[in-house]
Amino acid sequence: MTGVRKFVNSVGLPRLIIGIFFIALIISGLALGLNPQFLFSDIIRRWLMYSILVLAMVPGVQSGIGLNFGISLGVVSGLVGVVIAMEVAFNGGWFLHLGAAAAWLSLLLALVIAIVIAALVGAAYGLLLNRVKGSEMTVSTYVGFSSIAMMNIVWVILNFKNGQLRWPIGRGLRNTASLQESFGGLLSDPRIYETARSITISPEVSDVGSIKVKQPAGLSFLAIDVADSGFILPLGLILVFALCCLVVWLFFRSKTGVALSAAGENELFTRANGINVDRMRILGTSISTVFGAVGIIIYAQTYGFLQLYNAPLMMGFTAVASILLGGATVTRARISNVIIGTLLFQGILTVALPVANQLVNVSALPEVMRMIISNGIILYALSKTKGGNQR
Amino acid sequence: METPYLLSMDNITKEYFGNRVLKNVSLKIKPGEIHALMGENGAGKSTLMNVLFGMPVIHQTGGFEGQVQLEGKVIRIQDPQGAMKYGIGMVHQEFMLIPDFTVTENIKVGREIGRSSILPLMDRVFGRDLDHMEWEKMSTDSRKALDSIGMMNIEEYAKVAGMPIGFQQFVEIAREIDKTGIKLLVFDEPTAVLTESEADRLLEIMRLIASRGIAIIFITHRLDEVMEVADSLTILRDGEFIARKDVVETDLVEIAQLMIGRSVEKLVDDSAEDTRRIDDDRIALELINYRVDMPGEKVRQINVKIREGEIFGFGGLAGQGKIGIHNGIQGLFETEGSVIVHGEKLDLSKRGEALRKDIAFVSEDRRGVGLLLGESIERNIIFSAMQVKNEFLKGRFIDRKKSRQHVEAMIKLLDIRCTGPEQTVGSLSGGNQQKVCLARALTLKPNILMVAEPTRGIDIGAKKLVLEYLRKINLEEGTTIVVISSELAELRSICDRIAIVSEGKISAVLAPDASDADYGLAMSGLSREDVSA
Repeated sequence: MTGVRKFVNSVGLPRLIIGIFFIALIISGLALGLNPQFLFSDIIRRWLMYSILVLAMVPGVQSGIGLNFGISLGVVSGLVGVVIAMEVAFNGGWFLHLGAAAAWLSLLLALVIAIVIAALVGAAYGLLLNRVKGSEMTVSTYVGFSSIAMMNIVWVILNFKNGQLRWPIGRGLRNTASLQESFGGLLSDPRIYETARSITISPEVSDVGSIKVKQPAGLSFLAIDVADSGFILPLGLILVFALCCLVVWLFFRSKTGVALSAAGENELFTRANGINVDRMRILGTSISTVFGAVGIIIYAQTYGFLQLYNAPLMMGFTAVASILLGGATVTRARISNVIIGTLLFQGILTVALPVANQLVNVSALPEVMRMIISNGIILYALSKTKGGNQR
Repeated sequence: METPYLLSMDNITKEYFGNRVLKNVSLKIKPGEIHALMGENGAGKSTLMNVLFGMPVIHQTGGFEGQVQLEGKVIRIQDPQGAMKYGIGMVHQEFMLIPDFTVTENIKVGREIGRSSILPLMDRVFGRDLDHMEWEKMSTDSRKALDSIGMMNIEEYAKVAGMPIGFQQFVEIAREIDKTGIKLLVFDEPTAVLTESEADRLLEIMRLIASRGIAIIFITHRLDEVMEVADSLTILRDGEFIARKDVVETDLVEIAQLMIGRSVEKLVDDSAEDTRRIDDDRIALELINYRVDMPGEKVRQINVKIREGEIFGFGGLAGQGKIGIHNGIQGLFETEGSVIVHGEKLDLSKRGEALRKDIAFVSEDRRGVGLLLGESIERNIIFSAMQVKNEFLKGRFIDRKKSRQHVEAMIKLLDIRCTGPEQTVGSLSGGNQQKVCLARALTLKPNILMVAEPTRGIDIGAKKLVLEYLRKINLEEGTTIVVISSELAELRSICDRIAIVSEGKISAVLAPDASDADYGLAMSGLSREDVSA
């Protein structure tokens, strides 16, 4: 009896209930005849696709700004990084000569640009949050919303040339841009390594029309179709996520990381030890924003499309719900919370839809169900927070 | 039964969770008498008043033993409203006023005068909550109450917000006076927040009120005020009734002695030979015109020289400023004046300056400032040394091996009872938490160690260990130790010299074996000379 109670306490009742629900969903999905390879591939893909965005919550929470709903700032920084990288790649026409490496280079370029922008934006955002101590979460929610709204204007006035990005007529960027001819799928899609993909060349650069590019087979370990069964192991994604986790883990074992995490736990204690709490909070916010930027780029490369305008509007909420579901509180979060929480949240969403579809066959149902389930989980997770500030 | 007393509380005993805070305490007051209730912090004054007012905290913890009589009749007061019905009122130290209400509204709040609304039906449906307010009547009442305490210059229609503190106090008194049938008024440290002239005015008002037959219980630690206005006084000490005296029969020195008087229990074993060399020329810490703006513990002006190698104590009552001293040096509050450490002036505008100059702190607020409750013992102990002195680091990261070794040694040395270095500090007992705070300070290898309330909230065994350990490092390492404590007995058992802080200033620096009367007088801000003068 005590053993059971101990187990429940250590896992946490909410996680236990949701975990059981998740497993029940998988079993019923399999019983209803869903393809297990596709199902599990999907769960893993979506889990990793969102996890860096969720990981971005950790530095924020630890530094004391609470759950960073303003992660949208990082997201738009990431998007800016991607569009700039794609535009530069196009204008230079250099990917014509680099062949397969061009995709990698544009991914790298996007990351570098995004990280620089996000670090600066994050620091400025941290300054703002220091002025609204005590109501960071409310403020960050609105900062998140307004940053998306502001970027809507920017997207519409950007006069880019890349045909993948711009509207076919007029100016401004598309709602959804395909990354098919850029870095889409490099870390998660085995097909990239199997078949050559065709890349359109704009007549302004060259009159070839299009070229065929094949990624070197040596890199195919990044996305493995296990035994050609249709079960896909996105090793590239796993490695990138693991690397991010390692960076965060190492950071919190460094002198600065320890100070930052103390600032979030007990401001007076930290000040009494001669540490500038405000600076730690700015640092935490900045790191959180940077991971938001990296997160959206990895998300986009997995998804294969770049979504601009209002698409990232609710991303902050999904990330917050995931980490809460994983057992984090408003004041303390760990990497394990990220891993468990994202698996449960995205896993349930992935499985619940096809299961619901199988049970009730109405055409508009999937979208409605998706809304009900995802918002239901968010509501549940938020209701489980042991809220309140430390002071 | 005929009795000369208006109120008599007999043999009141109160326990909180097995801890006796009042033991057979009696309190008797005649009508029209000003009766001072005196004692150190923790003597039981507030608990006795809580009993009188039937505060929920008393009933929730099992009630009390003993009897309360009002005009010879035994009464049972169940809640503060009950006390009001019997004509017992209180003037609080922190004002219970609503800043955005006018004086009249504040005086009448909860006791508004109303008449039935225009629509008779409203009464039936909503009861009297929707009564029409009779503002003229209420204003007249307020005016009368204010006039009766001589406050002609407070307008009853003015808002309370922005009024001088003294005026707010008077509004609060007027509110109590306005209650019909008030027989007994309790003043809880009313002069603590007032300026001198305001305080004089208040004492006058108290006399005025008493002259109309209302009895007053005057809680204060200012002996001179007691001598000035009180007719009689009761002294409590450690929850026990010590004496009831008429003011004319006694004097300052006797009262001071009675308040403090306790056999100095030996808290530490001081058999070890004292080989320290303490020299008046070698000063470890000097404070010159030192002020700290810490709310509730303001340091107004302190000048003191603490010699190398000595154990120096700061004592005094709560709220007098002794707590502000180390908090200012630590950089938690704004300071003025100079702090000189080994001849070098500290730049307190720089964060962590004191720590870098080898001063370590153990905070009085263990859970608020002293510890990271959610973190492990290990993290807590090495934190300061790591952040301030870059110790326990390998490159930029924590050196696990070194830190673990050190923490395990500390756990052993201070006998911290825990499951291991990984246990979170929040789950430790108070005494063990205090040892972790001490371990963190010691890890800095300080030259000067400032320890505030070292034994607050810890059991007697841990108390002895902590104090003995302080003495040990003082003897063996030559660390200069500054102890800030409300427990006089504790200071007297380990310190070489003790400064008593009163109203933000040092009223006396005393030897540990100075007389109780000297301590008592110093605590109320007086000295022997004041008494004889």
